[in-house]
Amino acid sequence: MTVASRADTFTGFRMPSRRRFDAATVVVHIAVAGLAMLCLFPLLLVLASSFTDEIALARNGYSIIPSKFSVEAYVAIFNKPAVILRAYAVTTGITLVGTVLGVSMIALLAYPLSRRDFILRTPISFMVFFTMLFNGGLVPYYILMTQYLNVQNTILALLLPHLVGAYYVLILRTYFSGLPDELFEAARVDGAGEWTIFWQIAVPLARPALATIALFIALNYWNDWTTALYFIRSPDLYPLQYLLYIIQSNAQAMALQEQVGQIGTQKLPTETARMAMAVLATGPASVLFLFFQKYLVRGVTLGAFK
Amino acid sequence: MQVAQTAPNFRRPYVTPTGWRRQMKFHLIGRNLVWFTMTLPALIWIIVFKYLTLAGVWIAFIDYKVRTGLFASQFVGLKNFEFLFSTDTAMRATRNTILLNAMFISVGLVVSLSVAWLLFEIYASRFTRYYQTLILLPRFISWVVVSYFVYALLAADTGVVNSVLKQVGIAPLSWYRTTEPWPFILLAVSLWHGVGLSSLIYLSGMIAIDTQLYEAARIDGASRWQQFRYITFPILLPLVIINMLLALAYVLNADFGLFFQVTRDQQLLYPVTDVLDTYIYRSLIVTKTISMAGAAQFYQSFVGFILVIVANAVVRRIERSRNESLALF
Repeated sequence: MTVASRADTFTGFRMPSRRRFDAATVVVHIAVAGLAMLCLFPLLLVLASSFTDEIALARNGYSIIPSKFSVEAYVAIFNKPAVILRAYAVTTGITLVGTVLGVSMIALLAYPLSRRDFILRTPISFMVFFTMLFNGGLVPYYILMTQYLNVQNTILALLLPHLVGAYYVLILRTYFSGLPDELFEAARVDGAGEWTIFWQIAVPLARPALATIALFIALNYWNDWTTALYFIRSPDLYPLQYLLYIIQSNAQAMALQEQVGQIGTQKLPTETARMAMAVLATGPASVLFLFFQKYLVRGVTLGAFK
Repeated sequence: MQVAQTAPNFRRPYVTPTGWRRQMKFHLIGRNLVWFTMTLPALIWIIVFKYLTLAGVWIAFIDYKVRTGLFASQFVGLKNFEFLFSTDTAMRATRNTILLNAMFISVGLVVSLSVAWLLFEIYASRFTRYYQTLILLPRFISWVVVSYFVYALLAADTGVVNSVLKQVGIAPLSWYRTTEPWPFILLAVSLWHGVGLSSLIYLSGMIAIDTQLYEAARIDGASRWQQFRYITFPILLPLVIINMLLALAYVLNADFGLFFQVTRDQQLLYPVTDVLDTYIYRSLIVTKTISMAGAAQFYQSFVGFILVIVANAVVRRIERSRNESLALF
């Protein structure tokens, strides 16, 4: 294993050429591996408890190794899959549509802003940039969505809010301006129109940057629960993460009722079933994360998100 | 650069006119129209979601009624603010936001720099790549799921922490009903969630440092700590200062997910966990005191804006003295 073959992780940087195997290196390895395990531990805890027998969990508590292995929780969920499948459909739908729309809109804005001949380059760049300085916050946004756009309780409410990130536009603009001008001029001489140049030259060359941004937007949509908290009341439109939240807060309300002596009428998923739901909701995002982690690490170095 | 390598080696057959006259050239008009069309979808989105919403700050100065809307509701001047600052809740939320953020920022800096340094020390190892992935992973877990496993840790009867406490003979605690430990629980969760990203940013700064400096230092017999103290840290300092200033500029903005989900929105914990973002959310959507929410929101956004401007001015000064381009704008 040579140092040079690792150069792909941080493209463009020089590797520190330090390969010493001494006691200190081993200590550092142990420390960092410990930290990495610490990051993973809570996730393993949820995974383990979703595979634990309900009664054993209530008696022995949460544990990283199931005290009594059971797939009951998953069986219970898949026996009545309607709710979670519905939420899956909503989340997958908005993630796919939102990512494609978002990346297209961002690329279409970033490309002209990277052209030196674009007359409105400076004013539009400033318009994009200014949104990063002043954040109107939740209240004006809430009023706009509910009083003027009237999208509450529709799928549009889930889709619209995360489409364009000013930060992504600026990152991509920088990336586009780094492409050699000669390519574009040559295409123009060959009679290509601006749309052709955009689709056939700019977009393919910017693929790594576009992939990184797409990944960030996709994870944004997948993990979004606040939008539903603000705008969605109809259970048909619950996205996955919001469904998880609702289940959790219902269980909390039930526990409270029991304390004051009332008996709840609702039948709620058991504790292990809730953990299983959490696993099912996180699973696809984690796989996406692990599969594309190269792009994510690159995104960090590009400054693609804060 | 990667792109330059893949690009065919064209001779320049045509040179774009430059200088102020280029804007007058006829052949550019068509191109500009196409480009403008391209920007429209995102531009309209930005105008609607980022600029039209700015009109919403007006809510802070009116007695907002849903029936009369933004423009016909009665103007009340600074009444909303008077009322806001006379309540204990708003002051408590401000205090919690600033104190907790200050703690997150300072401890976060030390921890991220340490983690970045550890990763840098073993950067050539093939394992480092997996460490990076695992440390970054928490960032991409939604706060709802985070609240699930914080519950698995802290639940009164079944939680891991109480099980451990019982085993070592300490009385278990009803975590979701005890305020004292929460600033530290939130700090731990916030570090767990955020350190991966910030340490990778510092790591990428460290990797950019010329390795010859370290080689020279090693020949002179510098220890690892001396290398960090006299090479890595001074070179990283501008990046650190900039990150700190920007973090300070957002000191009034709390992470809604952290404070709403991880605490499970427990009212008993509000004295130490209620921040401006959760306060605004509650006033707007739960109690529907919209003008109050508007006043708190204006106060948060406006002070935040001023802080950003000031922070950037400071960054500019540093930049000028160091001849580097680092400022946000």
